[in-house]
Amino acid sequence: MSVDLDPAPKFTAYAHPERLVSTEWLQAHLGTPGLMVVESDEDVLLYETGHIPGAVKIDWHTDLNDPVERDFVDGAAFAAMLGAKGIARDTTVVIYGDKSNWWAAYALWVFTLFGHDDVRLLDGGREKWVAEERDLTRDKPVVTPATYPVVERNDSPIRAFREDVLAHFGNPLIDVRSTEEYTGERTHMPAYPEEGALRGGHIPSAASVPWARAAAPDATFRSRTELDAIYRDEAGLSDGDDVIAYCRIGERSSHTWFVLTHLLGFDGVRNYDGSWTEWGNAVHVPIAMGREPGTAPQPR
Amino acid sequence: MTATELPPKLAAIRDDFLELEEPDRLLLLLEFADELPALPPRYAEHPDLLERVVECQSPVFMFVEVDDDSAVHLHATAPRESPTTRGFASILAQGLDGLSTQEVLDVPDDYPNTIGLTKAVSPLRIRGMTAMLARTKRRLREGAA
Repeated sequence: MSVDLDPAPKFTAYAHPERLVSTEWLQAHLGTPGLMVVESDEDVLLYETGHIPGAVKIDWHTDLNDPVERDFVDGAAFAAMLGAKGIARDTTVVIYGDKSNWWAAYALWVFTLFGHDDVRLLDGGREKWVAEERDLTRDKPVVTPATYPVVERNDSPIRAFREDVLAHFGNPLIDVRSTEEYTGERTHMPAYPEEGALRGGHIPSAASVPWARAAAPDATFRSRTELDAIYRDEAGLSDGDDVIAYCRIGERSSHTWFVLTHLLGFDGVRNYDGSWTEWGNAVHVPIAMGREPGTAPQPR
Repeated sequence: MTATELPPKLAAIRDDFLELEEPDRLLLLLEFADELPALPPRYAEHPDLLERVVECQSPVFMFVEVDDDSAVHLHATAPRESPTTRGFASILAQGLDGLSTQEVLDVPDDYPNTIGLTKAVSPLRIRGMTAMLARTKRRLREGAA
């Protein structure tokens, strides 16, 4: 039972307009049976300061990451978590969050690993909702628990591991980190906790396209024309390309994965969530420094 | 130093958190975030506040003072969009207020890991508070005015 789509003209230019809703659409559809709104932020407490009425919270650390292994939760944990939040397999899920939907896109990507069919982003995320002075509440939503089936994650179509990257050389790679991280001046973002990468630089042949270039100042996605100019004309992607995107831990590159897959219509995009915190610590992998992408090594 | 030797305010804050179930601990952290006072006017125009850091997670600005009675005061500010950081800063501002420099330096570095928040906010995030405590101590060692 899918909730109707947002017919906003801006979205029709995208490859998969069904993956976005506008703030106007969401406002008008709050409370619709079969719709659940999910907030997913970088800051674990931001939801508690006030959220869209009826929205539940999913946190990337405490809900989506396995507490022991560096991996996502398994099918049983995902099912239990979603069920407790009132989400069923056929629920239409609209996710929004802070930082131009950076973490919301990460959550959407994890939902996709589990094959959740109808999951959408709120264009503009939390920032736009707040800027438009729409309602926020601190009231805990009344949730009717649902039964979510245990579905095993299917990683391979949209997730790349280190060995997949090594075998991928010769195909496009997109590094979505800041320029300083790409060149090797820094191993992490300014003012972020050092998450420990022993080496700086980028994966040879990766094009540098910082993720935030896909976001407009009001946190919405840039138009189809603007995105085509960035990713096709500048970064050189063309139809049919298999692409791997990466960042530091795989969150910013989820945003780029969403843009390439759902807005520009590339079918073979994978997110390398091991990203620089794995690659920059790995033994016997090639690294390029500086502003030039460098040549692709032989795939292995 | 054993846990019982913690300065009384820090010990009370820790006990308040530990008495609560996990989800309620976040709400107590939210109360601390809400309580973080505005910076005193003398800091409002401080040049550091005008610095914008690209992709900065939570720009927290801290000012450590030692008053004429040798008592430490911590003032801090962080954006409304970073309530976790505001909550951490508020805990330290309240918990350290009025201590002597030596008493602050004696606070165990792992105090943030002992107040029952590590699971609720995640171990990675609690490091933000550990870093704030370390910064406060560093300023005092360097001789905060």
